[in-house]
Amino acid sequence: MSFFLDPFHYEFMQKALLGCLLVGFTNGYLSGFIVLRRHALLADGLSHSLLPGLAVGAIFFSLNPVGLFLGALVAALLVVLGGKMITHSSRLKDDTSIGALYIAAFAFGIILLKFAPVRVDLSHFLFGNVLGMANGDLWITYALSFFIVLVLTVFHRHLLLALFDPVVASSMGLSVAWLDYLLIGMMVMAMIASLQAVGAVMSIGLLILPAATIYLLSDSYDTMVWGGAFLGMASAVIGLLLSYWVNLPSGPAIVMVLSAVFVAAYLFGPRYGVINRLLNNRRTKRAAAAPSTVS
Amino acid sequence: MANHHHLTIDNVTVSYQHVPAILDLDVDLHCGRCVGLLGPNGAGKSTLLKAIAGLMPLQSGEIQLHGHEPRRTRSIAYLPQRGLIDWDFPITVRGMVDMGRFPDLGGWRGFSKNDGAIVSEALAVTHLTPLANRQINALSGGQQQRAFLARAYAQQSHVCLLDEPFAGLDTNSQKDLREILRGMAGQGKLLLVSHHDLNSVPELFDDVLMLNRELIAFGPLGDVFTPANIARTYSTAPPVPASA
Repeated sequence: MSFFLDPFHYEFMQKALLGCLLVGFTNGYLSGFIVLRRHALLADGLSHSLLPGLAVGAIFFSLNPVGLFLGALVAALLVVLGGKMITHSSRLKDDTSIGALYIAAFAFGIILLKFAPVRVDLSHFLFGNVLGMANGDLWITYALSFFIVLVLTVFHRHLLLALFDPVVASSMGLSVAWLDYLLIGMMVMAMIASLQAVGAVMSIGLLILPAATIYLLSDSYDTMVWGGAFLGMASAVIGLLLSYWVNLPSGPAIVMVLSAVFVAAYLFGPRYGVINRLLNNRRTKRAAAAPSTVS
Repeated sequence: MANHHHLTIDNVTVSYQHVPAILDLDVDLHCGRCVGLLGPNGAGKSTLLKAIAGLMPLQSGEIQLHGHEPRRTRSIAYLPQRGLIDWDFPITVRGMVDMGRFPDLGGWRGFSKNDGAIVSEALAVTHLTPLANRQINALSGGQQQRAFLARAYAQQSHVCLLDEPFAGLDTNSQKDLREILRGMAGQGKLLLVSHHDLNSVPELFDDVLMLNRELIAFGPLGDVFTPANIARTYSTAPPVPASA
Protein backbone atom coordinates (compact mmCIF):
# COMPACT_ATOMS: atom_id res chain seq x y z
CA MET A 1 0.00 0.00 0.00
CA SER A 2 2.86 2.32 0.88
CA PHE A 3 3.99 1.81 -2.71
CA PHE A 4 0.90 3.79 -3.75
CA LEU A 5 0.83 6.26 -0.88
CA ASP A 6 4.51 7.11 -0.52
CA PRO A 7 4.63 9.40 -3.55
CA PHE A 8 1.96 11.58 -1.98
CA HIS A 9 4.13 12.49 1.00
CA TYR A 10 5.61 15.15 -1.24
CA GLU A 11 3.64 18.39 -1.51
CA PHE A 12 4.18 18.64 -5.28
CA MET A 13 2.60 15.18 -5.66
CA GLN A 14 -0.37 16.14 -3.50
CA LYS A 15 -0.99 19.15 -5.71
CA ALA A 16 -0.48 17.01 -8.80
CA LEU A 17 -3.01 14.48 -7.48
CA LEU A 18 -5.61 17.21 -6.89
CA GLY A 19 -4.95 18.59 -10.36
CA CYS A 20 -5.31 15.14 -11.95
CA LEU A 21 -8.56 14.40 -10.12
CA LEU A 22 -10.08 17.71 -11.18
CA VAL A 23 -8.86 17.72 -14.77
CA GLY A 24 -9.58 14.01 -15.25
CA PHE A 25 -13.13 14.31 -13.95
CA THR A 26 -14.05 17.51 -15.80
CA ASN A 27 -12.57 16.54 -19.15
CA GLY A 28 -13.96 13.03 -18.87
CA TYR A 29 -17.44 14.36 -18.08
CA LEU A 30 -17.28 16.76 -21.01
CA SER A 31 -15.96 14.06 -23.34
CA GLY A 32 -19.41 12.41 -23.53
CA PHE A 33 -20.86 15.55 -25.09
CA ILE A 34 -17.89 16.01 -27.43
CA VAL A 35 -18.00 12.44 -28.73
CA LEU A 36 -21.77 12.51 -29.28
CA ARG A 37 -21.53 15.93 -30.99
CA ARG A 38 -18.64 14.57 -33.12
CA HIS A 39 -16.47 17.52 -32.14
CA ALA A 40 -13.29 15.47 -31.62
CA LEU A 41 -11.44 17.05 -34.54
CA LEU A 42 -12.68 20.51 -33.65
CA ALA A 43 -11.28 19.98 -30.15
CA ASP A 44 -7.93 19.10 -31.70
CA GLY A 45 -7.96 22.30 -33.73
CA LEU A 46 -8.98 24.44 -30.79
CA SER A 47 -6.22 23.08 -28.60
CA HIS A 48 -3.63 24.38 -31.06
CA SER A 49 -5.37 27.72 -31.41
CA LEU A 50 -4.77 28.49 -27.72
CA LEU A 51 -1.09 29.11 -28.41
CA PRO A 52 -1.14 32.72 -29.70
CA GLY A 53 -3.32 33.70 -26.73
CA LEU A 54 -0.88 32.05 -24.35
CA ALA A 55 1.96 33.90 -26.09
CA VAL A 56 0.17 37.25 -25.75
CA GLY A 57 -0.52 36.40 -22.09
CA ALA A 58 3.17 35.59 -21.60
CA ILE A 59 4.23 38.85 -23.29
CA PHE A 60 1.91 41.15 -21.33
CA PHE A 61 1.42 39.32 -18.01
CA SER A 62 4.64 37.29 -17.82
CA LEU A 63 3.39 33.83 -16.80
CA ASN A 64 0.56 34.95 -14.54
CA PRO A 65 -2.09 32.19 -14.77
CA VAL A 66 -4.98 34.67 -15.08
CA GLY A 67 -3.25 36.46 -17.96
CA LEU A 68 -2.57 33.17 -19.71
CA PHE A 69 -6.18 32.08 -19.14
CA LEU A 70 -7.60 35.28 -20.66
CA GLY A 71 -5.20 35.18 -23.59
CA ALA A 72 -6.00 31.54 -24.40
CA LEU A 73 -9.75 32.12 -24.08
CA VAL A 74 -9.73 35.12 -26.41
CA ALA A 75 -7.52 33.32 -28.98
CA ALA A 76 -9.75 30.24 -29.09
CA LEU A 77 -12.93 32.33 -29.35
CA LEU A 78 -11.40 34.37 -32.18
CA VAL A 79 -10.57 31.19 -34.08
CA VAL A 80 -14.06 29.70 -33.56
CA LEU A 81 -15.94 32.90 -34.36
CA GLY A 82 -13.59 33.72 -37.24
CA GLY A 83 -14.06 30.22 -38.61
CA LYS A 84 -17.84 30.52 -38.36
CA MET A 85 -17.69 33.92 -40.08
CA ILE A 86 -15.66 32.47 -42.97
CA THR A 87 -18.15 29.58 -43.22
CA HIS A 88 -21.13 31.94 -43.42
CA SER A 89 -19.51 34.35 -45.85
CA SER A 90 -17.96 31.82 -48.26
CA ARG A 91 -18.58 28.39 -49.70
CA LEU A 92 -16.21 26.74 -47.21
CA LYS A 93 -17.55 24.44 -44.49
CA ASP A 94 -16.76 24.64 -40.76
CA ASP A 95 -14.04 21.99 -40.73
CA THR A 96 -12.04 23.73 -43.46
CA SER A 97 -12.42 27.29 -42.21
CA ILE A 98 -11.64 26.45 -38.58
CA GLY A 99 -8.85 24.09 -39.74
CA ALA A 100 -7.30 26.89 -41.79
CA LEU A 101 -7.53 29.40 -38.95
CA TYR A 102 -6.26 27.18 -36.16
CA ILE A 103 -3.06 26.23 -37.94
CA ALA A 104 -2.49 29.89 -38.83
CA ALA A 105 -3.07 30.76 -35.16
CA PHE A 106 -0.69 28.00 -34.05
CA ALA A 107 2.09 29.25 -36.36
CA PHE A 108 1.45 32.84 -35.24
CA GLY A 109 1.63 31.70 -31.62
CA ILE A 110 5.04 30.05 -32.10
CA ILE A 111 6.40 33.23 -33.69
CA LEU A 112 4.89 35.40 -30.93
CA LEU A 113 6.51 33.30 -28.21
CA LYS A 114 9.91 34.49 -29.49
CA PHE A 115 8.94 37.97 -28.23
CA ALA A 116 7.92 36.91 -24.72
CA PRO A 117 9.99 38.72 -22.07
CA VAL A 118 10.35 35.49 -20.10
CA ARG A 119 11.71 32.27 -21.48
CA VAL A 120 8.74 30.09 -22.41
CA ASP A 121 9.12 26.40 -23.11
CA LEU A 122 6.66 25.54 -25.91
CA SER A 123 6.42 21.91 -24.81
CA HIS A 124 5.26 23.12 -21.38
CA PHE A 125 2.10 24.62 -22.96
CA LEU A 126 1.55 21.71 -25.32
CA PHE A 127 2.21 18.80 -22.96
CA GLY A 128 1.90 20.33 -19.48
CA ASN A 129 3.75 19.55 -16.29
CA VAL A 130 1.48 18.32 -13.56
CA LEU A 131 4.38 18.00 -11.13
CA GLY A 132 4.92 21.75 -11.33
CA MET A 133 1.36 22.81 -10.38
CA ALA A 134 1.36 25.92 -8.19
CA ASN A 135 -1.50 27.11 -5.98
CA GLY A 136 -2.57 29.67 -8.59
CA ASP A 137 -2.83 26.93 -11.25
CA LEU A 138 -4.88 24.80 -8.89
CA TRP A 139 -7.29 27.63 -8.14
CA ILE A 140 -7.83 28.27 -11.85
CA THR A 141 -8.41 24.55 -12.37
CA TYR A 142 -10.85 24.44 -9.43
CA ALA A 143 -12.84 27.43 -10.64
CA LEU A 144 -13.02 26.32 -14.27
CA SER A 145 -13.85 22.70 -13.42
CA PHE A 146 -16.67 23.79 -11.12
CA PHE A 147 -18.03 26.18 -13.73
CA ILE A 148 -17.88 23.61 -16.55
CA VAL A 149 -19.60 20.84 -14.57
CA LEU A 150 -22.24 23.28 -13.33
CA VAL A 151 -23.04 24.57 -16.82
CA LEU A 152 -23.16 21.05 -18.31
CA THR A 153 -25.44 19.89 -15.49
CA VAL A 154 -27.83 22.83 -15.87
CA PHE A 155 -28.03 22.42 -19.64
CA HIS A 156 -27.69 18.65 -19.88
CA ARG A 157 -31.28 18.10 -21.03
CA HIS A 158 -31.05 20.83 -23.67
CA LEU A 159 -27.70 19.49 -24.84
CA LEU A 160 -28.94 15.91 -24.94
CA LEU A 161 -31.92 16.91 -27.06
CA ALA A 162 -29.77 19.02 -29.40
CA LEU A 163 -27.16 16.26 -29.73
CA PHE A 164 -29.71 13.56 -30.50
CA ASP A 165 -32.15 15.42 -32.71
CA PRO A 166 -31.14 19.02 -33.50
CA VAL A 167 -34.07 19.63 -35.85
CA VAL A 168 -36.66 18.65 -33.25
CA ALA A 169 -34.75 20.54 -30.55
CA SER A 170 -34.99 23.61 -32.73
CA SER A 171 -38.72 23.03 -33.32
CA MET A 172 -39.16 22.90 -29.53
CA GLY A 173 -37.74 26.40 -29.31
CA LEU A 174 -34.14 25.59 -28.34
CA SER A 175 -31.34 27.50 -30.01
CA VAL A 176 -29.19 24.65 -31.27
CA ALA A 177 -26.51 27.05 -32.55
CA TRP A 178 -26.28 28.70 -29.12
CA LEU A 179 -25.99 25.31 -27.42
CA ASP A 180 -23.21 24.38 -29.84
CA TYR A 181 -21.33 27.57 -28.96
CA LEU A 182 -21.87 26.78 -25.29
CA LEU A 183 -20.33 23.34 -25.76
CA ILE A 184 -17.39 24.80 -27.70
CA GLY A 185 -16.92 27.38 -24.94
CA MET A 186 -16.81 24.60 -22.33
CA MET A 187 -14.26 22.72 -24.46
CA VAL A 188 -12.00 25.75 -24.57
CA MET A 189 -12.32 26.26 -20.80
CA ALA A 190 -11.55 22.60 -20.14
CA MET A 191 -8.41 22.87 -22.25
CA ILE A 192 -7.32 25.95 -20.36
CA ALA A 193 -8.06 24.21 -17.04
CA SER A 194 -5.84 21.35 -18.22
CA LEU A 195 -2.95 23.50 -19.45
CA GLN A 196 -0.67 23.10 -16.46
CA ALA A 197 -1.63 19.49 -15.76
CA VAL A 198 -1.50 17.86 -19.19
CA GLY A 199 -1.03 20.71 -21.68
CA ALA A 200 -3.22 21.93 -24.52
CA VAL A 201 -2.50 19.06 -26.89
CA MET A 202 -2.57 16.20 -24.37
CA SER A 203 -5.86 17.53 -22.97
CA ILE A 204 -7.47 16.30 -26.21
CA GLY A 205 -6.80 12.77 -24.98
CA LEU A 206 -8.83 13.46 -21.86
CA LEU A 207 -11.54 15.17 -23.91
CA ILE A 208 -12.06 12.28 -26.34
CA LEU A 209 -10.77 8.96 -25.01
CA PRO A 210 -12.87 8.51 -21.82
CA ALA A 211 -16.28 8.74 -23.51
CA ALA A 212 -15.02 7.04 -26.68
CA THR A 213 -14.00 4.09 -24.50
CA ILE A 214 -17.28 3.94 -22.58
CA TYR A 215 -19.22 4.24 -25.86
CA LEU A 216 -17.59 0.97 -26.92
CA LEU A 217 -18.80 -0.68 -23.71
CA SER A 218 -22.19 0.79 -22.88
CA ASP A 219 -25.47 1.84 -24.48
CA SER A 220 -26.37 4.34 -21.79
CA TYR A 221 -25.95 8.08 -22.13
CA ASP A 222 -25.64 8.53 -18.34
CA THR A 223 -22.97 5.84 -18.16
CA MET A 224 -21.12 7.52 -20.99
CA VAL A 225 -21.05 10.90 -19.23
CA TRP A 226 -20.45 9.74 -15.64
CA GLY A 227 -18.35 6.71 -16.62
CA GLY A 228 -16.25 9.03 -18.79
CA ALA A 229 -15.72 11.31 -15.80
CA PHE A 230 -14.58 8.47 -13.54
CA LEU A 231 -12.44 6.85 -16.22
CA GLY A 232 -10.78 10.21 -16.90
CA MET A 233 -10.12 10.68 -13.19
CA ALA A 234 -8.79 7.15 -12.62
CA SER A 235 -6.57 7.25 -15.71
CA ALA A 236 -5.15 10.64 -14.73
CA VAL A 237 -4.18 9.32 -11.28
CA ILE A 238 -2.71 6.07 -12.66
CA GLY A 239 -0.82 8.05 -15.30
CA LEU A 240 0.52 10.35 -12.59
CA LEU A 241 1.77 7.41 -10.52
CA LEU A 242 3.34 5.82 -13.59
CA SER A 243 5.10 9.05 -14.43
CA TYR A 244 6.44 9.15 -10.83
CA TRP A 245 7.57 5.52 -10.69
CA VAL A 246 9.04 5.19 -14.19
CA ASN A 247 10.08 8.82 -14.55
CA LEU A 248 7.91 9.57 -17.60
CA PRO A 249 6.44 12.93 -18.68
CA SER A 250 3.09 13.01 -16.84
CA GLY A 251 0.77 14.32 -19.62
CA PRO A 252 1.75 11.66 -22.17
CA ALA A 253 1.70 8.99 -19.41
CA ILE A 254 -1.94 9.86 -18.60
CA VAL A 255 -2.91 9.77 -22.28
CA MET A 256 -1.12 6.43 -22.76
CA VAL A 257 -3.11 4.91 -19.86
CA LEU A 258 -6.35 6.15 -21.46
CA SER A 259 -5.23 4.86 -24.87
CA ALA A 260 -4.49 1.41 -23.43
CA VAL A 261 -7.99 1.22 -21.90
CA PHE A 262 -9.49 2.43 -25.19
CA VAL A 263 -7.66 -0.25 -27.22
CA ALA A 264 -8.72 -2.91 -24.69
CA ALA A 265 -12.37 -1.81 -25.03
CA TYR A 266 -12.08 -1.76 -28.83
CA LEU A 267 -10.68 -5.29 -28.90
CA PHE A 268 -12.36 -7.02 -25.96
CA GLY A 269 -15.61 -5.09 -25.34
CA PRO A 270 -18.34 -7.65 -24.59
CA ARG A 271 -20.89 -6.30 -27.07
CA TYR A 272 -19.09 -3.99 -29.49
CA GLY A 273 -15.52 -5.33 -29.15
CA VAL A 274 -14.00 -6.43 -32.46
CA ILE A 275 -12.93 -9.88 -31.26
CA ASN A 276 -16.28 -10.72 -29.74
CA ARG A 277 -18.12 -9.60 -32.84
CA LEU A 278 -15.86 -11.73 -35.03
CA LEU A 279 -16.48 -14.75 -32.81
CA ASN A 280 -20.23 -14.10 -32.85
CA ASN A 281 -20.26 -13.77 -36.64
CA ARG A 282 -18.38 -17.06 -36.92
CA ARG A 283 -20.82 -18.77 -34.54
CA THR A 284 -23.79 -17.42 -36.52
CA LYS A 285 -22.31 -18.64 -39.80
CA ARG A 286 -21.64 -22.08 -38.30
CA ALA A 287 -25.17 -22.29 -36.92
CA ALA A 288 -26.59 -21.29 -40.31
CA ALA A 289 -24.45 -23.85 -42.09
CA ALA A 290 -25.17 -26.70 -39.64
CA PRO A 291 -28.70 -27.77 -40.85
CA SER A 292 -27.64 -27.89 -44.49
CA THR A 293 -24.69 -30.20 -43.69
CA VAL A 294 -27.00 -32.50 -41.70
CA SER A 295 -29.62 -32.67 -44.40
CA MET B 1 -64.26 31.54 -32.78
CA ALA B 2 -63.53 30.60 -36.34
CA ASN B 3 -59.95 29.77 -35.44
CA HIS B 4 -60.75 27.31 -32.65
CA HIS B 5 -59.28 23.86 -33.21
CA HIS B 6 -57.92 24.83 -36.57
CA LEU B 7 -54.44 25.14 -37.92
CA THR B 8 -54.79 28.05 -40.28
CA ILE B 9 -52.26 28.52 -43.05
CA ASP B 10 -53.00 31.95 -44.42
CA ASN B 11 -51.49 32.94 -47.78
CA VAL B 12 -48.13 31.47 -46.85
CA THR B 13 -45.15 31.76 -49.18
CA VAL B 14 -41.82 30.13 -48.29
CA SER B 15 -38.74 30.60 -50.42
CA TYR B 16 -35.25 29.18 -50.72
CA GLN B 17 -32.92 31.95 -51.86
CA HIS B 18 -35.81 33.97 -53.35
CA VAL B 19 -37.22 30.97 -55.26
CA PRO B 20 -40.65 30.09 -53.87
CA ALA B 21 -40.94 26.50 -52.63
CA ILE B 22 -44.51 27.16 -51.52
CA LEU B 23 -46.59 29.88 -53.08
CA ASP B 24 -49.61 31.59 -51.48
CA LEU B 25 -50.83 28.51 -49.65
CA ASP B 26 -54.16 29.09 -47.99
CA VAL B 27 -55.78 26.19 -46.11
CA ASP B 28 -57.58 25.57 -42.85
CA LEU B 29 -56.77 22.20 -41.25
CA HIS B 30 -59.20 20.80 -38.69
CA CYS B 31 -57.91 19.20 -35.51
CA GLY B 32 -58.94 15.59 -34.96
CA ARG B 33 -58.06 14.64 -38.55
CA CYS B 34 -55.30 12.65 -40.15
CA VAL B 35 -54.28 14.64 -43.22
CA GLY B 36 -52.14 13.24 -46.03
CA LEU B 37 -49.79 15.74 -47.63
CA LEU B 38 -49.29 14.63 -51.22
CA GLY B 39 -47.16 15.88 -54.05
CA PRO B 40 -44.18 14.97 -56.23
CA ASN B 41 -40.55 15.45 -55.16
CA GLY B 42 -39.82 19.16 -54.87
CA ALA B 43 -43.49 20.04 -54.41
CA GLY B 44 -42.78 21.68 -51.07
CA LYS B 45 -44.11 18.97 -48.70
CA SER B 46 -41.12 18.94 -46.32
CA THR B 47 -40.83 22.72 -46.61
CA LEU B 48 -44.44 23.13 -45.51
CA LEU B 49 -43.95 20.84 -42.49
CA LYS B 50 -40.80 22.74 -41.50
CA ALA B 51 -42.53 26.09 -41.97
CA ILE B 52 -45.38 25.04 -39.67
CA ALA B 53 -42.83 23.77 -37.12
CA GLY B 54 -41.11 27.15 -37.20
CA LEU B 55 -37.95 25.74 -38.77
CA MET B 56 -38.28 27.84 -41.93
CA PRO B 57 -39.03 31.56 -42.04
CA LEU B 58 -42.20 32.61 -43.86
CA GLN B 59 -41.65 35.06 -46.67
CA SER B 60 -45.25 36.18 -46.35
CA GLY B 61 -48.52 35.09 -44.76
CA GLU B 62 -49.06 33.63 -41.32
CA ILE B 63 -49.72 30.35 -39.57
CA GLN B 64 -52.02 30.20 -36.55
CA LEU B 65 -53.07 27.41 -34.22
CA HIS B 66 -56.27 28.07 -32.29
CA GLY B 67 -55.97 31.68 -33.39
CA HIS B 68 -52.45 32.17 -32.02
CA GLU B 69 -48.94 32.19 -33.41
CA PRO B 70 -47.79 28.63 -32.65
CA ARG B 71 -44.25 28.58 -33.97
CA ARG B 72 -41.47 26.88 -32.04
CA THR B 73 -43.66 25.81 -29.16
CA ARG B 74 -44.37 22.41 -27.73
CA SER B 75 -47.95 22.45 -29.08
CA ILE B 76 -46.54 21.46 -32.48
CA ALA B 77 -44.30 18.41 -32.77
CA TYR B 78 -42.14 17.82 -35.81
CA LEU B 79 -41.14 14.25 -36.60
CA PRO B 80 -38.14 14.16 -38.96
CA GLN B 81 -37.37 11.45 -41.48
CA ARG B 82 -35.82 8.44 -39.75
CA GLY B 83 -32.63 8.64 -41.81
CA LEU B 84 -31.70 11.96 -40.21
CA ILE B 85 -31.18 10.41 -36.76
CA ASP B 86 -28.09 8.63 -35.45
CA TRP B 87 -29.74 5.44 -34.18
CA ASP B 88 -26.47 4.41 -32.49
CA PHE B 89 -27.03 7.19 -29.98
CA PRO B 90 -26.72 5.58 -26.53
CA ILE B 91 -30.29 5.81 -25.35
CA THR B 92 -33.25 3.53 -24.69
CA VAL B 93 -36.74 3.92 -26.11
CA ARG B 94 -37.97 5.30 -22.77
CA GLY B 95 -35.01 7.69 -22.67
CA MET B 96 -35.97 8.97 -26.11
CA VAL B 97 -39.61 9.42 -25.13
CA ASP B 98 -38.51 11.18 -21.92
CA MET B 99 -37.10 13.90 -24.17
CA GLY B 100 -40.66 14.92 -24.99
CA ARG B 101 -40.93 16.18 -21.39
CA PHE B 102 -37.69 18.24 -21.52
CA PRO B 103 -39.27 21.52 -22.74
CA ASP B 104 -41.55 21.44 -19.68
CA LEU B 105 -38.86 20.39 -17.23
CA GLY B 106 -36.14 22.90 -18.06
CA GLY B 107 -32.71 22.32 -16.53
CA TRP B 108 -33.34 21.69 -12.84
CA ARG B 109 -36.78 20.24 -12.24
CA GLY B 110 -36.71 16.49 -11.66
CA PHE B 111 -39.01 14.02 -13.36
CA SER B 112 -42.29 14.04 -11.39
CA LYS B 113 -44.71 11.14 -11.09
CA ASN B 114 -46.91 12.99 -13.55
CA ASP B 115 -44.07 13.21 -16.10
CA GLY B 116 -43.42 9.48 -15.65
CA ALA B 117 -47.12 8.73 -16.13
CA ILE B 118 -47.25 10.80 -19.32
CA VAL B 119 -44.22 8.95 -20.73
CA SER B 120 -45.76 5.58 -19.80
CA GLU B 121 -49.02 6.59 -21.49
CA ALA B 122 -47.11 7.68 -24.59
CA LEU B 123 -45.37 4.30 -24.72
CA ALA B 124 -48.69 2.48 -24.25
CA VAL B 125 -50.51 4.48 -26.94
CA THR B 126 -47.77 3.69 -29.44
CA HIS B 127 -47.57 0.00 -28.40
CA LEU B 128 -43.98 0.41 -27.24
CA THR B 129 -44.33 -0.51 -23.55
CA PRO B 130 -42.66 -3.94 -23.99
CA LEU B 131 -39.76 -2.28 -25.81
CA ALA B 132 -39.31 0.61 -23.36
CA ASN B 133 -35.91 -0.55 -22.12
CA ARG B 134 -34.60 -1.59 -25.51
CA GLN B 135 -31.80 0.35 -27.21
CA ILE B 136 -33.07 2.49 -30.06
CA ASN B 137 -30.61 0.84 -32.47
CA ALA B 138 -32.46 -2.46 -31.92
CA LEU B 139 -35.77 -1.07 -33.24
CA SER B 140 -37.27 -1.84 -36.63
CA GLY B 141 -38.24 1.02 -38.97
CA GLY B 142 -41.86 0.93 -37.84
CA GLN B 143 -40.87 0.86 -34.18
CA GLN B 144 -38.53 3.82 -34.72
CA GLN B 145 -41.39 5.78 -36.23
CA ARG B 146 -43.61 4.87 -33.29
CA ALA B 147 -40.86 6.02 -30.91
CA PHE B 148 -40.93 9.43 -32.64
CA LEU B 149 -44.69 9.51 -32.20
CA ALA B 150 -44.39 8.54 -28.55
CA ARG B 151 -41.98 11.42 -27.96
CA ALA B 152 -44.43 13.81 -29.66
CA TYR B 153 -47.21 12.39 -27.48
CA ALA B 154 -45.12 12.89 -24.33
CA GLN B 155 -44.54 16.47 -25.49
CA GLN B 156 -48.35 16.78 -25.29
CA SER B 157 -48.37 18.47 -28.65
CA HIS B 158 -51.66 19.16 -30.34
CA VAL B 159 -50.33 18.96 -33.88
CA CYS B 160 -47.92 16.32 -35.20
CA LEU B 161 -46.05 16.91 -38.44
CA LEU B 162 -44.69 13.67 -39.87
CA ASP B 163 -42.23 13.62 -42.76
CA GLU B 164 -42.65 10.42 -44.80
CA PRO B 165 -43.28 8.13 -41.80
CA PHE B 166 -44.52 5.24 -43.95
CA ALA B 167 -41.48 5.18 -46.26
CA GLY B 168 -39.74 1.81 -46.16
CA LEU B 169 -42.23 0.18 -43.78
CA ASP B 170 -43.66 -3.28 -44.45
CA THR B 171 -47.43 -3.79 -44.62
CA ASN B 172 -47.84 -4.80 -40.97
CA SER B 173 -45.79 -1.87 -39.70
CA GLN B 174 -47.80 0.49 -41.92
CA LYS B 175 -51.02 -0.91 -40.52
CA ASP B 176 -49.76 -0.56 -36.95
CA LEU B 177 -48.70 3.04 -37.49
CA ARG B 178 -51.97 3.85 -39.21
CA GLU B 179 -53.96 2.58 -36.23
CA ILE B 180 -51.88 4.66 -33.84
CA LEU B 181 -52.29 7.78 -35.97
CA ARG B 182 -56.03 7.18 -36.16
CA GLY B 183 -56.14 6.79 -32.37
CA MET B 184 -54.29 10.07 -31.87
CA ALA B 185 -56.60 11.84 -34.33
CA GLY B 186 -59.50 10.40 -32.32
CA GLN B 187 -58.11 12.22 -29.27
CA GLY B 188 -58.50 15.51 -31.14
CA LYS B 189 -54.93 15.87 -32.40
CA LEU B 190 -54.15 17.04 -35.91
CA LEU B 191 -51.75 14.83 -37.86
CA LEU B 192 -50.24 16.19 -41.04
CA VAL B 193 -48.36 13.43 -42.82
CA SER B 194 -46.28 13.78 -45.98
CA HIS B 195 -46.64 10.67 -48.11
CA HIS B 196 -45.63 9.49 -51.57
CA ASP B 197 -47.28 6.11 -52.10
CA LEU B 198 -50.60 6.93 -53.78
CA ASN B 199 -51.89 3.34 -53.56
CA SER B 200 -52.08 3.41 -49.77
CA VAL B 201 -53.63 6.88 -49.47
CA PRO B 202 -57.29 5.76 -49.22
CA GLU B 203 -56.63 3.52 -46.21
CA LEU B 204 -54.42 5.99 -44.36
CA PHE B 205 -55.96 9.45 -44.35
CA ASP B 206 -59.20 11.31 -43.60
CA ASP B 207 -58.27 14.37 -45.65
CA VAL B 208 -55.67 15.03 -48.31
CA LEU B 209 -53.77 18.19 -49.09
CA MET B 210 -52.39 18.03 -52.63
CA LEU B 211 -49.49 20.33 -53.21
CA ASN B 212 -47.23 21.18 -56.08
CA ARG B 213 -45.59 24.35 -54.88
CA GLU B 214 -49.08 25.83 -54.70
CA LEU B 215 -52.28 24.29 -53.47
CA ILE B 216 -53.86 21.88 -55.96
CA ALA B 217 -56.69 20.59 -53.78
CA PHE B 218 -57.60 20.11 -50.13
CA GLY B 219 -60.55 18.37 -48.52
CA PRO B 220 -62.03 15.03 -47.44
CA LEU B 221 -60.41 12.06 -49.15
CA GLY B 222 -63.54 11.01 -51.06
CA ASP B 223 -64.06 14.46 -52.57
CA VAL B 224 -60.52 15.42 -53.39
CA PHE B 225 -58.45 12.32 -54.11
CA THR B 226 -59.65 12.09 -57.71
CA PRO B 227 -57.76 11.09 -60.87
CA ALA B 228 -58.05 14.63 -62.19
CA ASN B 229 -56.49 16.15 -59.06
CA ILE B 230 -53.80 13.45 -58.98
CA ALA B 231 -52.94 14.21 -62.60
CA ARG B 232 -52.74 17.95 -61.84
CA THR B 233 -50.60 17.37 -58.76
CA TYR B 234 -48.15 15.06 -60.42
CA SER B 235 -47.85 16.86 -63.74
CA THR B 236 -44.11 17.00 -64.55
CA ALA B 237 -43.65 20.73 -64.10
CA PRO B 238 -44.93 22.48 -61.00
CA PRO B 239 -47.86 24.66 -62.01
CA VAL B 240 -46.94 28.20 -62.82
CA PRO B 241 -49.21 30.61 -60.92
CA ALA B 242 -52.53 31.00 -62.73
CA SER B 243 -51.63 28.18 -65.11
CA ALA B 244 -54.02 27.24 -67.82
